[in-house]
Amino acid sequence: MTELTTEHLIKQFGNRVVLDDINLTLKPNTIYGLLGRNGAGKSTLLSILANQISASSGTIKWNKTPLTGRDHSLQAIYLMSEQNLFNKENRLKKIMKDTALLQGAFNQTLADKMLADFELNPKQKINQLSTGYRTIFKTIVALCVPADYVFLDEPILGLDANHRVLLYRYILEAYENRPRTFVLSTHIIEEIANLIEHVLILDQSRIIIDDDLETVLDHSYQISGPKEDVLAYCQELPILASEQIGTLYTNYLYTNYLYTELPADRVIPDRVAIKHVDLQTIFIKLTEKGREQHV
Amino acid sequence: MGDPLFFEFNNEAPIYRQIADQIEAGIFTGVFPPESQIPSTTEISRQFNINPATVLKGMNQLVEKGLIEKKRGRGMFVTTTAQKQINQQRQDEFFDHYVAAFITEAQQLKLSKDDLIALIERGYQND
Repeated sequence: MTELTTEHLIKQFGNRVVLDDINLTLKPNTIYGLLGRNGAGKSTLLSILANQISASSGTIKWNKTPLTGRDHSLQAIYLMSEQNLFNKENRLKKIMKDTALLQGAFNQTLADKMLADFELNPKQKINQLSTGYRTIFKTIVALCVPADYVFLDEPILGLDANHRVLLYRYILEAYENRPRTFVLSTHIIEEIANLIEHVLILDQSRIIIDDDLETVLDHSYQISGPKEDVLAYCQELPILASEQIGTLYTNYLYTNYLYTELPADRVIPDRVAIKHVDLQTIFIKLTEKGREQHV
Repeated sequence: MGDPLFFEFNNEAPIYRQIADQIEAGIFTGVFPPESQIPSTTEISRQFNINPATVLKGMNQLVEKGLIEKKRGRGMFVTTTAQKQINQQRQDEFFDHYVAAFITEAQQLKLSKDDLIALIERGYQND
């Protein structure tokens, strides 16, 4: 099985460093969530991995062989992105036909089923579609190509709740019918949290989290109670953020290499409650502006 | 196939464990009787938009405990002994969680063993 890895990947636009020393390994048949705030570098990273733009330095390896320029295996990696690479005047039917030629194959049965379910007419031109429907169409195409690595950059942009749920279902169905790697980059974290197996968080040009979802949630805590008790318990622990509502004080923390779990020998004060938090909460706390240190 | 709509998820425990717990609860209460088929990984994964690997991990926990078994090409089935096993396990937990704690509390309240038995009798009379 083929892995896609990056080593010391750096991307600069002029003086601005957009990606800083990215070292990643994407494994086959895994659904990844690539999370990051606006401008964190998610789209740039996916575009580099799909060879649509080149890195300033560093290496991308496909099955441990470095990829350079044109060697890039076009059909194995497919990027669905916000930018439209289709000819705007083309009908959906024509785009699917061209994609089949370019990608070597196309699952037209699945495409027809999805087009019908989302009430899209293949005779329409792509520039006649609304933002939401354009996203849907591009995602349909991405699910029907034979690629082993499919990157979906904002696959739910402009979709209403019903369409989002339908789309998640189709992504899972496509995955089960033919396992492959998906990287979902999105802002709607809550909804995809159960869909993904592995979490990548990109913050200020760097990967700050690269772990299984379960591990990430396992490391995420919320510790609440009277301020003095919470502070006493949390001494030296890696606190991400604090909040105070009335007399209730809350610390959010992400255990790291110093404390892989909460210290067992520390007595939890009676009035202090400790619980795990969801992915969205810990994501916000990890990427909040003004945070001084990386985990 | 019954609709596995009894699933409800929260943030308190990993999703795979919640899946295992809720299927186990279904077996215990008889929603899934012995030798009946339980929903497949695919069905649960699609219905609740959960990664199939996560669902499978939950299922595997139940397989390891001997509560469900895979029948080749047909799916996952509740074992004949599953309900008994869960009942035994819950009785053990009942002792650990309730009875032991109950006795500790009683000792702190200076209630003797006989006092406790009398209290339990009273509880049954009020029933």
